Amino acid sequence: MEDLLAIAVAVLTACGVFLILRARTFPVLLGLTLLSYAVNLFLFASGRLRLGAPPLIRAGASYTDPLPQALVLTAIVIGFGMTAYLAMLALRALAESGSDHVDTAKERCQERSKDPR
Amino acid sequence: MNAHAPILPILIPFAAALLQMATDRLAFQRIVGLLTTALLVVVTAWLVLLADDGVLRVYALGDWPAPFGIVLVVDRLAAGMTLLTAVLGFLALLYASAGFDARGRHFHPLFQFQLVGLSGAFLTGDLFNLFVFFEVMLLASYALLAHGGGLARTRAGISYVVLNLVGSALFLIALGLLYGTLGTLNLADLASRLPLAGHDQALARLAFALLIAVFVLKAGLLPLSFWLPPTYTAAGAPVAALFAIMTKVGIVAILRVQAIALTPAIPDLLDRWLTTLALATVVFAALGVLAAARLRALAAWLVLLSAATLLITPAQASAPVDAAALYYLVQSTLAGAAFFLLAGVIADQRGGASDYFKAGPQPAIWVKIAFLILATTVAGLPPFSGFVGKLMLLTTLRAVSSGTAIWVAIWVVLLASSFIVMIALARDGCLLIWEHEALAGQPPAEGIAWQRATATLLLVAAGPLLALFARPLADYAERAANQLHTPGAYVAGVLAPTAAKNGGEEAR
Repeated sequence: MEDLLAIAVAVLTACGVFLILRARTFPVLLGLTLLSYAVNLFLFASGRLRLGAPPLIRAGASYTDPLPQALVLTAIVIGFGMTAYLAMLALRALAESGSDHVDTAKERCQERSKDPR
Repeated sequence: MNAHAPILPILIPFAAALLQMATDRLAFQRIVGLLTTALLVVVTAWLVLLADDGVLRVYALGDWPAPFGIVLVVDRLAAGMTLLTAVLGFLALLYASAGFDARGRHFHPLFQFQLVGLSGAFLTGDLFNLFVFFEVMLLASYALLAHGGGLARTRAGISYVVLNLVGSALFLIALGLLYGTLGTLNLADLASRLPLAGHDQALARLAFALLIAVFVLKAGLLPLSFWLPPTYTAAGAPVAALFAIMTKVGIVAILRVQAIALTPAIPDLLDRWLTTLALATVVFAALGVLAAARLRALAAWLVLLSAATLLITPAQASAPVDAAALYYLVQSTLAGAAFFLLAGVIADQRGGASDYFKAGPQPAIWVKIAFLILATTVAGLPPFSGFVGKLMLLTTLRAVSSGTAIWVAIWVVLLASSFIVMIALARDGCLLIWEHEALAGQPPAEGIAWQRATATLLLVAAGPLLALFARPLADYAERAANQLHTPGAYVAGVLAPTAAKNGGEEAR
């Protein structure tokens, strides 16, 4: 099972990094999402993988470490919020400049923005 | 009351943000924001006085003792940094209250959340909690950066957000590795477990290297610094002034992790590469200062320059150097923030010429004098605080360097960069202040609101004042650095209550 999880993390990370390096905002957004999935799986595995063990500590019973699960939950919430904000920002850039490229159209950018202070 | 003092710098801005979100009325939000931030200055100053007795104040959140619960740890460094945050926050907010906050929605609650994140990042003694406060700080900064609108801000915002999201992913990987190898995320507990055998040394080393990489991304070390100047240039003046302390969060985090966990267990992690890259960043930033086309961009490059100068210090792992670095950190943060506010004032007064380095309407006489004082401070010329800070840094770096070649290299790079900054400021100052040209068809320059003038002048006055009170501040910095470099006391202070409790229970 460890091998399977390791392969999943690796594939997700590779796809995420590849997409982040694309030049348009939508693939970048997807790439960040994939990367955060990989990170969440990785965090989950840091408490070791155990089958059929609840994350509840009781005397005598077998249990799995509950802390990484709490960490993953926090990371999911934060990552979700950040991604939603980035999606809004990308949409706004698209609406303002008419392009979803991450860093082109500099001239048009200077031309169209009225130099806000 | 004293027992709950450590959490106040987080609770006060948090309560203010909640109160401000209750209504959309700007006048109410302004009053609440200014009053609570003034209260924050008083409370953090009191915290500094409390912390100066040298006792480590550990605040267990929810009364769960470390290492099982999250703790806030107040030492001299953390208290001093929260005071700096509060002072900077108050002045930036005062500047913003003159109309900048009306350019978009929810400026005030976001500003307070940014203060929550900054204070929390300085106070926390737990690495995962540090991640959470980093995210609070960053999420507020994403929205503050976009405040006021405009395509330039949206563009800068996208790269800033993407980069920091990747940084957060790396942070989490580092935390996962640390928890997987050492089984804890409390900094003191990590430090106590690192020297023991029974864990994978290479993985722990890798985890700390990743952690340092994330911190230097926030501080803008060279291969990771290209995001900083465009982002800070695009931000509005008061927002950029508050951002001046965000690079320092990374630096303080490196200093703390390095002094507490790395020096006893992995002392060679920062050797060689950090100082070299920091020097390269200094050169890069100095060239950027020379190439800047407007005052805001120049201020952004100066922030990068001061962060790069500070990044030379962690690898030395010495208390005197860190003391000098802390003094330099305080004065460079205030000077950098003052530069952004002054650029805003000059842009207001010069109408269409804005703060571009070209002939245009002349600013008022007090603005010219403020520019002169600030430029002298930033370039590191006597008699102001920039000179004192750089002098302390250079002398202490010379004293601790292992070889002559190292300190000579550091001296040459730092002095040459100061010289370049001086030339750039002299040239650009002449253009801004003396080259007069009335622009046809432009309305006359608007008057400057008293809030903007007061905030700018107070920040500019920090340069002379910090030079005047250099002795008490440097003494405090020295005590803070000495406390930082006694990791045994930190570990014992954080973990002792638990150990005592367990011991007591076993005895029973």
